[in-house]
Amino acid sequence: MSDTFFSRMTELLRHRLAWPLLTLFLLLAVNTAFNASFLHMEWRDGHLYGSLIDILNRAAPLVLVSLGMTLVIATRGIDISVGAVVAIAAAVAAWMIGGSVSGSVSRFPMPLAILAALGVALVCGLWNGLLVARIGMQPIIATLILMVAGRGIAQLITDGQIITIYYTPFFFLGGGYLLGLPFSLFIAAAVFAALYLAVTRTALGLFIQAVGINPTAARVAGVQARRLVIAAYAFCGLCAGMAGLLISSNVKSADGNNAGQLLELDAILAVTLGGTALTGGRFSLVGSVIGALIIQTLTYAIYSLGVPPEINLVVKALVVFVVMLLQSPEFRAEIGVLLRRPAPRGSAR
Amino acid sequence: MSATVAKTVAARLGLNPKYLPLAATISLFVAMAIVGSVLYPGFFSAQVFLNLLIDNAFLIIVAVGMTFVILSGGIDLSVGSVIALTTMVSAALVEHRGWSPAVVIPLVLFMGAAFGAFMGFLIERFRLQPFIVTLAGMFLARGLCYLISVDSISIASDSYSTLAQWRLPLWEGASLSLGALIAIVVLLAAVFIAHHTPFGRAVYAVGGNEQSAVLMGLPVRATLVGVYTLSGFCSALAGVVFTFYMLSGYGLHAVGMELDAIAAVVIGGTLLTGGVGYVAGTLVGVLMLGIIQTLISFDGSLSSWWTRIVVGALLFVFCLLQRLLTSRRPPSS
Repeated sequence: MSDTFFSRMTELLRHRLAWPLLTLFLLLAVNTAFNASFLHMEWRDGHLYGSLIDILNRAAPLVLVSLGMTLVIATRGIDISVGAVVAIAAAVAAWMIGGSVSGSVSRFPMPLAILAALGVALVCGLWNGLLVARIGMQPIIATLILMVAGRGIAQLITDGQIITIYYTPFFFLGGGYLLGLPFSLFIAAAVFAALYLAVTRTALGLFIQAVGINPTAARVAGVQARRLVIAAYAFCGLCAGMAGLLISSNVKSADGNNAGQLLELDAILAVTLGGTALTGGRFSLVGSVIGALIIQTLTYAIYSLGVPPEINLVVKALVVFVVMLLQSPEFRAEIGVLLRRPAPRGSAR
Repeated sequence: MSATVAKTVAARLGLNPKYLPLAATISLFVAMAIVGSVLYPGFFSAQVFLNLLIDNAFLIIVAVGMTFVILSGGIDLSVGSVIALTTMVSAALVEHRGWSPAVVIPLVLFMGAAFGAFMGFLIERFRLQPFIVTLAGMFLARGLCYLISVDSISIASDSYSTLAQWRLPLWEGASLSLGALIAIVVLLAAVFIAHHTPFGRAVYAVGGNEQSAVLMGLPVRATLVGVYTLSGFCSALAGVVFTFYMLSGYGLHAVGMELDAIAAVVIGGTLLTGGVGYVAGTLVGVLMLGIIQTLISFDGSLSSWWTRIVVGALLFVFCLLQRLLTSRRPPSS
C-alpha cells in the first residue's frame, strides 16, 4: 500500500509543473498563515476585491512578458530588451493620447494610439529577431542593443518628461473591470489561450522545440527555423508592448526612464521557475504563468509580512541561484552521489 | 558577399582583418575629436582629453575586467551592482563604524574578488550559463546594498576627500586624478597579463575553443574561475574609484554600468564569441563613449538621452562589423 502511494507521489513530483505549483501553494499558505484575510474576497461596487485579485491584476503584465520570453528562450534565445520595449510602447501610447488635462480629449483616437504602440513594439521585436536570425548575432548582444538604445528612444518620445495621462477611457485597460474581474486579466488570459492553442493544436510547439533542441537538425528536417525565430522575437516584442499599455494605463503615466525597469529579469526568472530549460527546447507556457504568479505572490508576501521590501532583490537572487543549480545536471549528479552514499546497497532495491 | 568585401578592403590597406574593428574605432575617435575641435571652441585642449580619462576612470577599470571575461567567451552582468555594493560597504564602514580607509579599501577589494570567484565557481563547476549566474549576482549585490541602507550615505571622512581631491599636475593647466592614475596602472597591468603571462594565453585559448584548450592540457577550470575573480576585483576597484568620484555610497550608483562596459569592450574590437581582442582596444572603446558624451555636453542643445541612442547605434554597427568579419560562409546558405 504505502509503496504504491510513494511511487505515485514520486511520479507526481516528477511532473514538470509539480515543483512550481508546490512553490506557489507554499507561498499562498505562508501568506494565509500570516494574514488571515489573505484569501478573503468580497463583492463591492460591482467587482471583486481581495488580495488574490490584486496579485492577479498586478501579475498580468509580467505574465504577458513571460509568455513571450518563454517562446524566445525555447528557441535558444533570450530577450533582455523587453523592459525597454515596455517603456517605448508606454511612451508612444502616452504621447498619442496626449497630456490634455481634460479627461475626455485625446490627441489621436485611442484605438489608433493602442495600435501604434503595439505596432512599434512589434517592430522592436522584429528588429531583434532579424538581428538574431538573419545577421546571426548572439541573442543577448542583439537584444542588448535595443536595451541600451530603447530607453533613449523612449525618453526621446516623452521628451525626457514623465507624461501624465488624463484621458479616462485609457484607464480601463489596466484599471478597469469586466464581469467583476480586472480587465488586464482578460487580456493576459486571451493571449495565453491563443498561444496555448497554437502551440498544442498545431505543429508550432513541435517546431519550436525542434529549433530549440537543435537548430541545424530542425532546418535539415524542413522547419523554417529562421522565420520561426524571427516570429518568436516579434511575438515577445508584442507581448512587451501589451504589458507596456497595461502598466502605463495602471499608473496613468509613461516614464521613459523607469517604466519596466528590471522587468526582463523578472520575466526570465518567471520562465526559469516554470521549468523551461534556459538551454532551449523544453518549454512550458503554463509553467511560465505559474512562475510569474510566484514572483508576484512573493513580492506580495514580502510586503504584507512587514519585511523590508529591500530584501525582495536578495530573495529573488537566491531563488534564481537555487533554481539554476537544480536545473544543472552536474549539480543533480553530485547531490545524487551525496544522497546515495550513506544508504547501504541492499536497501536500494 | 559583404564579408569578402570587408576582407578585401582590409587586405588592400595591408591590414589584418582582425584589426579592422579596432582600426575603425580609432579612426572614428580621431574623426570625432576633429569634428569637436572644429565645431566647439575650447574643445581642443589637453584637459578636455584628460577629463575623458578622469570622468571614465571607473569605466576603464570595469571594462578591462569585462574584456577578460568576454575574451574567455563569457559575460559578466554583475559589475554595475558590485560597484554599487562597494561604494555602499565603504561608506557604511567609514561613516557609521568609523573604520580607517586603509582597512576598508583592501577589505572591499577582497570582497569583490570573492564575489567574482563565487560566480566563477558556479559557472565552472556546475556548467551554468555565465549570463544567468551573473544576472543573479547582479540581483544579489543590489539587494545587499539596500539591506545596508535604502538611502544614499555621503562620506565626510577627511582621508577620502583628500584622496578624491588629489591631482597629479602634468603641465600648465592639465592634471590627472588619482582614479585616472589607477585606471592607467590597471590598464598597463592588464595588457601585461593578457599578452605575457600563462594566464592570459589560457584566457585566449579557452575563449577560442574550450575543448581544444582542455585537450592542450591548459588549466581551463582555474582559468574560468580566475577570469570572473579578476572581473569581480576590477569591479570592486572601480567601486573604490567611484567612491572617490562621488564621495557617497548608494544602492542606485552605477545602474546600467554593465551595459556601458560591454559596449566599450565591443566597440574596442573584442569579439563577443571570445578568443579575439585586445585590452588596449577597450581603452579606445571607453574613450569613444566618453567623447560622445563630451560632444553632446559641448553641443548643449542635444539632450542627454541622445547618448544612449548613439551608443546603441554604435554597438549595432560594431556587432554588424564583427559578424561580417567572422562569418566564414555567406549567411544565405
